[in-house]
Amino acid sequence: MTMIEAIRDAHDVMMGRDDNVVVFGEDVGYFGGVFRCTKGLQQKYGRARCFDAPINESGIVGTAIGMAAYGLRPCVEIQFADYMYPAYDQMVSEAARLRHRSAGDFTAPLTIRMPTGGGIFGAQTHSQSPEALFTHVCGLKTVVPSNPYDAKGLLISAIEDDDPVIFLEPKRLYNGPFDGHHDRPVVPWSAHPLSEVPEGHYTVPLGSASVRRTGSDVTVLAYGTMVYVAEAAVSEQGIDAEIIDLRTLLPLDTDTIAASVKKTRRCVIVHEATRTSGFGAELSAIVQEACFYHLEAPIERVTGWDTPYPHAQEWDYFPGPERVGRALKRVMEV
Amino acid sequence: MTEGVAHGARATRTVATPRGPVAEFSRAGELKAYRDMLLIRRFEEKAGQLYGMGFIGGFCHLYIGQEAVVVGMQMAIKPGDQVITTYRDHGHMLACGMDPKGVMAELTGRRGGYSKGKGGSMHMFSKSKAFYGGHGIVGANVPLGAGLAFANKYRGNDHVSLTYFGDGAANQGQVYESFNMAKLWSLPVIFIIENNRYAMGTSVERAAATVDFSHRGASFDIPGEQVDGMDVRAVKAAGDKAVAAARAGKGPYILEMLTYRYRGHSMSDPAKYRTREEVDRVREESDPIERVKKRVVDGGMIKEDELRAIDVEIRGIVNAAAEFAQNDAEPDVAELYTDVFV
Ligand SMILES: Cc1ncc(C[n+]2csc(CCOP(=O)(O)OP(=O)(O)O)c2C)c(N)n1
Ligand SMILES: [Mg+2]
Repeated sequence: MTMIEAIRDAHDVMMGRDDNVVVFGEDVGYFGGVFRCTKGLQQKYGRARCFDAPINESGIVGTAIGMAAYGLRPCVEIQFADYMYPAYDQMVSEAARLRHRSAGDFTAPLTIRMPTGGGIFGAQTHSQSPEALFTHVCGLKTVVPSNPYDAKGLLISAIEDDDPVIFLEPKRLYNGPFDGHHDRPVVPWSAHPLSEVPEGHYTVPLGSASVRRTGSDVTVLAYGTMVYVAEAAVSEQGIDAEIIDLRTLLPLDTDTIAASVKKTRRCVIVHEATRTSGFGAELSAIVQEACFYHLEAPIERVTGWDTPYPHAQEWDYFPGPERVGRALKRVMEV
Repeated sequence: MTEGVAHGARATRTVATPRGPVAEFSRAGELKAYRDMLLIRRFEEKAGQLYGMGFIGGFCHLYIGQEAVVVGMQMAIKPGDQVITTYRDHGHMLACGMDPKGVMAELTGRRGGYSKGKGGSMHMFSKSKAFYGGHGIVGANVPLGAGLAFANKYRGNDHVSLTYFGDGAANQGQVYESFNMAKLWSLPVIFIIENNRYAMGTSVERAAATVDFSHRGASFDIPGEQVDGMDVRAVKAAGDKAVAAARAGKGPYILEMLTYRYRGHSMSDPAKYRTREEVDRVREESDPIERVKKRVVDGGMIKEDELRAIDVEIRGIVNAAAEFAQNDAEPDVAELYTDVFV
């Protein structure tokens, strides 16, 4: 299964199990979503449960919060993460705080899906990775799957969760595990073991990271597309690295991270988002707090540059395997 | 909601043609309209080709079919009046007199592009032509257009702001905030809604509670008109009226242009949400360029030879732009960090 099919399947499973699940967004119903993640759902479950919304990000999220407060479980799509800003107020001021300010009387069990990241030549309005804007908000859970198996299991967990979940889908992974070598042929999911997706209901719990490669020399913390970039860099450098796919940024699996860094004594953090106040800064602080006396080298961050995502220079911006490889070498040389 | 509406059956009708006034064009006016529309058409066709050949990547939205809107409106304004639009912006830039070479080179991401390769198809600007962009976020340019009009009023000049957006954008909340402010502060802004019947794969009927967008300013007391956006003379006439009102201090105006895009939403759109016949019918019945051609040739105003000479000239301009855009150097990596802030 591709990641798109896995996400569609998670919707299908949850709509089949729970009448409270409704799915909507721009081009989501009749057209099946611009990335086809909701294809066929309107035909199968009817227009009352899977439908199109006008181009109203704020309205989409705001109405979903109201629906959720009354017990529905909306799963809405923001067509690209870059379009979420009109809805940000609703996410921060309403969804994230409903539970707290009603002292638990009301919750907002909604899932907000959005494609993120670059690598598709989308430039500044179709490439952003705004995860840190969500992790900075208490009350929101933030999830970033990196493969079809996790995508389905995490999305089911997100829909079943009683709190608002931001579900960020690295769009460059929709059709294959992309390792940053943009000049090589596209690799399809079918060749990857994590494209094996069980039928029916299963979950991948929120808040648990996955160790994608065990190793003893350095820990690489990554999520989304960067998991594959890290894998490529590690194999190209011939370094025995432990690669952790965080999967959920908030709640964060700090136990897995700390255990790994205490073992390897070195840490490289990789993300595609801009560097300053990026999620890597939080990770770096957590590692330093938990593992200071174990560290043998300064923690390295490899990130996007502090610039808008460029149109012409995508691959100069994208933190590819070469840049990750250089950081790995640097920490190993200390 | 009835079956038919939800599945877009009503969208198969042709572009409605309201019978509004049309401007009388002189020979020179007809030739200008023909030439300017043709430049856009041929430029867009070439951009489509370069995209297919891999010279242009990413998002690229063509304006083919809608040429009469921007050309007619441009004929209704004077230099210094501002234009601001969405991501479907190539036609607007050419109509504003921006250099086809600079536009094409931005599409290919080269140094000589209007934004030095940083913006791409959706984000170009020109201070000298009073073109305030190309904006990729649907609806986001509309308050900016009202702000430009505020600046005109503040400066005490008589310029107007042409603020373009689509039928899909017309549902965004900030559009209504802008309407209210524009009327409240009596700003010289013309809101031009290019109703091409679709927002990506979603037809107007599936996204809008009411589909006559010219009424969308009613509760703010903003006058609005539906215009045959496939007839450049009708656009010009409506533009003249709205611009005159705005210049005279009467505040904002809404023009809903009934138009149609022939191509997919962007280059990757298989356009499965509408039928081939629907597209063909609009092309045959109301193509804005063919309409001028037929009118002037049948009416004996202009000989076909003369139009053919224009075709040749335009092809030359477009080919030169394509040539430049393919051969101009790529930006230096150091450019990444320029223009972030200073
Ligand atoms: C805030 C925001 N939401 C969604 C999008 C994605 N999007 C780009 S164009 C478009 C359709 C807009 O349709 P319309 O306003 O009718 O303009 P047209 O493309 O027909 O010119 C959508 C949904 C976006 N760019 N920005
Ligand atoms: Mg439209």
